[in-house]
Amino acid sequence: MKKLQKTQLQPFFAALAANASLYLPVDNEVGKAEFKKWQDGVQMSTALNTLRSAKDFFFPQTENLMEFKMEGKRIDVIDTREECEDFVLFGVRACDAASFAILDRVYLVDPVDTYYKNRREHGTVVTLACGRPAETCFCGTFGIDATDPAGDVTAWELADGYALRANTEKGEALLASVAALLTDTDTAEVEAEQARVRAILARLPLSGLTTEGLGEGMTKEFFARPEWAALSEACLGCGTCTFVCPTCQCYDIRDFDTGHGIQRFRCWDSCMYSDFTKMAHGNPRTSQLERFRQRFMHKLVYFPDNNDGIFGCVGCGRCLARCPISMNIVKVMKALKKGGAEQ
Amino acid sequence: MQAMMEKRAKELLADGTVNRVLGWSAGEFPYDITPAVFETAKELEDAFVYNDFCAANLSKYLVKESRKEGKILVFLKPCDTYSFNQLLAEHRILRENIYVIGVPCYGKADVEKLKAMGIEGITGIVMQNGTYTVETVYGDQTVKAADAMAERCLSCKSKKHVVYDELLGDEGEVDADCNRFDMVEKLEAMTPDERFAFWRGELSRCIRCNACRNVCPACTCEQCVFDNPNSGVSQKAAVTSFEENLFHIIRAFHVAGRCTDCGECSRVCPQHIPLHLLNRKFIKDINEFYGDYQAGADPEAKPPLGTYDKADREAGEGGRH
Amino acid sequence: MNETLIPYAGVVTEITGQTPDVKTFRVEAPEGGKLFEHLPGQCAMLSVPGISEAMISITSSPTNRDFMEFSVKKCGCLTDWLHAMDEGQMITVRGPYGRHFPVEEELKGKNLVFVAGGIGLAPLRSVINYVRDNRANYGRVDIIYGSRSKEDLVYYNEIVSEWTNTPDFHVHLTIDREQEGWDGHVGFVPNYISELELSAVNACALVCGPPIMIKFSLPNLLQAGFDKTQIFTTMELRMKCGIGKCGRCNIGNKYVCKDGPVFRFDQLDELPDEY
Repeated sequence: MKKLQKTQLQPFFAALAANASLYLPVDNEVGKAEFKKWQDGVQMSTALNTLRSAKDFFFPQTENLMEFKMEGKRIDVIDTREECEDFVLFGVRACDAASFAILDRVYLVDPVDTYYKNRREHGTVVTLACGRPAETCFCGTFGIDATDPAGDVTAWELADGYALRANTEKGEALLASVAALLTDTDTAEVEAEQARVRAILARLPLSGLTTEGLGEGMTKEFFARPEWAALSEACLGCGTCTFVCPTCQCYDIRDFDTGHGIQRFRCWDSCMYSDFTKMAHGNPRTSQLERFRQRFMHKLVYFPDNNDGIFGCVGCGRCLARCPISMNIVKVMKALKKGGAEQ
Repeated sequence: MQAMMEKRAKELLADGTVNRVLGWSAGEFPYDITPAVFETAKELEDAFVYNDFCAANLSKYLVKESRKEGKILVFLKPCDTYSFNQLLAEHRILRENIYVIGVPCYGKADVEKLKAMGIEGITGIVMQNGTYTVETVYGDQTVKAADAMAERCLSCKSKKHVVYDELLGDEGEVDADCNRFDMVEKLEAMTPDERFAFWRGELSRCIRCNACRNVCPACTCEQCVFDNPNSGVSQKAAVTSFEENLFHIIRAFHVAGRCTDCGECSRVCPQHIPLHLLNRKFIKDINEFYGDYQAGADPEAKPPLGTYDKADREAGEGGRH
Repeated sequence: MNETLIPYAGVVTEITGQTPDVKTFRVEAPEGGKLFEHLPGQCAMLSVPGISEAMISITSSPTNRDFMEFSVKKCGCLTDWLHAMDEGQMITVRGPYGRHFPVEEELKGKNLVFVAGGIGLAPLRSVINYVRDNRANYGRVDIIYGSRSKEDLVYYNEIVSEWTNTPDFHVHLTIDREQEGWDGHVGFVPNYISELELSAVNACALVCGPPIMIKFSLPNLLQAGFDKTQIFTTMELRMKCGIGKCGRCNIGNKYVCKDGPVFRFDQLDELPDEY
């Protein structure tokens, strides 16, 4: 375990930024945290988490996939892929770090998504253990430890500095590159900090929420449940939950005429949108109930079905904070469990 | 007030005046309240809530709800009644299937403001006498309600209900002096470059979730042009960096003269973009060009952008900006 | 590294009108030959850049060494464009995608019953011609195919001149309503199944067509003695990626593009009713 003094934080950032682009949570013009590129003088946000998740770095809102040159009857396919530059993400929380493992299960399984893989390979993730969790936090529900996040390097904020632990080869290399700023330390301070935060986590209002009764093999049990009607009743059909969600990974592919050729790009899509499954001759999900159900069934049943029981939610709480009508996965989980118990 | 509303709702359900109640349902926390339809006294007892965090404007749900079997009771705050009237004027809701109870509003709270004060881990909020005692896992904190008031409520245009079948509590007044155009004036005073930079900065955060459009009581098209693959402009994300700007500008134009300034667009924006300022600019311009007009104030009123008068200014004449 | 989202450019070397709204497009690599290999029942993403991309079943048999064929019904942006274009035009193709009909597994050595309606014959044609080219590996073949009218029967010439002349191939054509110049069977496909007294012994059925046809054909096949494990169909839902990642073509926990489009009916029973 290594330690960085608080006074050395800016030199530490400068050293990291000398080797690769460094992104960290920074307060924006409206006082909310978002990942921004570090440059001299940029201060790290003290917010618990960023408004948008960190998935953007590996699965951006929009990205160009390829181009086409069209000439008469001829079409040339132009592969515009380029090697991504190295970058470091600092200050990723345990929930978002866990979301990367979920995205990997979609994008890194055969056939591999090379756009995603490229970014994953070139990104080094430094996580920051949570010190002041919020009422909307429930990562513990999914077995995620907010006091011991994954990532290439794990950092803990202490009274006078940061404890740092490399978890991977990439992490070792990162700490080696800034070795001059670090000293050796034991795990005592970290353990004390973890104990402090674990006591808080246990008192959070959602600390008792479990996945019991949810997950693999529950399609038949849940699909036709009457609860979906009331749960989805007020849903606006917007994409807020899907777009702030660190694990939502659905996308659309579209073409854009640049005037010089055709750019094929992909962008985030949302199962909450009415056109998501619309075909020329019909739509298997005609109402918001069906679209709403799809989103939660995916996270709570279908994803676990296909991924060894792992849930498609990391309990970051963004949908709890952001949904315009305050409907969210916690309310859905509770309603499904309650309905099941009453049956 | 919550108890009065619940009592009245139960009475109207019991005597058959209505068969459903559109109100607000309590959540996990004191502030995460969801619009909901209640069908029985039991459902009302279990979850009905009306407090300072019941911010959602219920009017738009009536587009769907008023077309269902039977009559529905809806609770409307003063500003929601303007949206209601506007929907009525546009023939989007069926008045005969709705029973409106006006409920007072003294300004709604915005939990983001509490969080901005560093209050996290909220487990309860006691709202009493203009103060909030916020219980958190980190200890209790007392906050003045006024300090937690939503931005839109700080420049509330009207505490008067412009439509109702029945009113609970006292009627308020229209506030002609609400300073709601202050920020618009600041933007007008900027140079075009400064203004452009302001909007580029704000709109660059847009994630195109469509929450602003979907919540907007003036956006009730059966299919939005941005969702129509045959429109040529249907897009889900920016392909060029100006795309988002276009979406918001076009939307502002489309609701111009119909936007009642309810502020839902800015309330729901997950990226905290002050979208209502675009609409307010239109409202201010319309007031200046054609005389004061408040959409939704009177469902029979002729909208300035929908009528022609020989005295109307010609294009360019009013062009201060 | 190969990126499956990046397509090949192929040349449309021949366009054949099949019915008033169905055309078959022959596609070859610019240097000649097939763009890639496939198995019967698999699909490919066809696109005209700037218009859109869509999943279309490969109607030619993999035993055809020289080209691939796609039969496309005119019903939207991309298909309108394809119908309007001329031979020699390039389009883009990527694939193959999805699970194929188990021609070398469960279907091998069996008697086969093909049930198709309208353009639904397109994915089955790939299997039918595969079976013709590997005739010794399969038993009796019955093809029950129907459409609205004679003009709406796809591959009519091929059916009459080639399929009917294949040993132990029994083709049963039907059209919905009486029509001048038609002396064949008249009636709907599901009813025709019952009239034919098919044997389910050592047989498999492959069904493809409009949802309503599939819905009413299934009970009649069961009535004829087929078990759901003997009946296969192929599904169609909106797709963007073709590789189980874009998230829209799922029925329950299965993605039609990756886990389908070919499903056995007992497998479909396990999925929620959302298709």
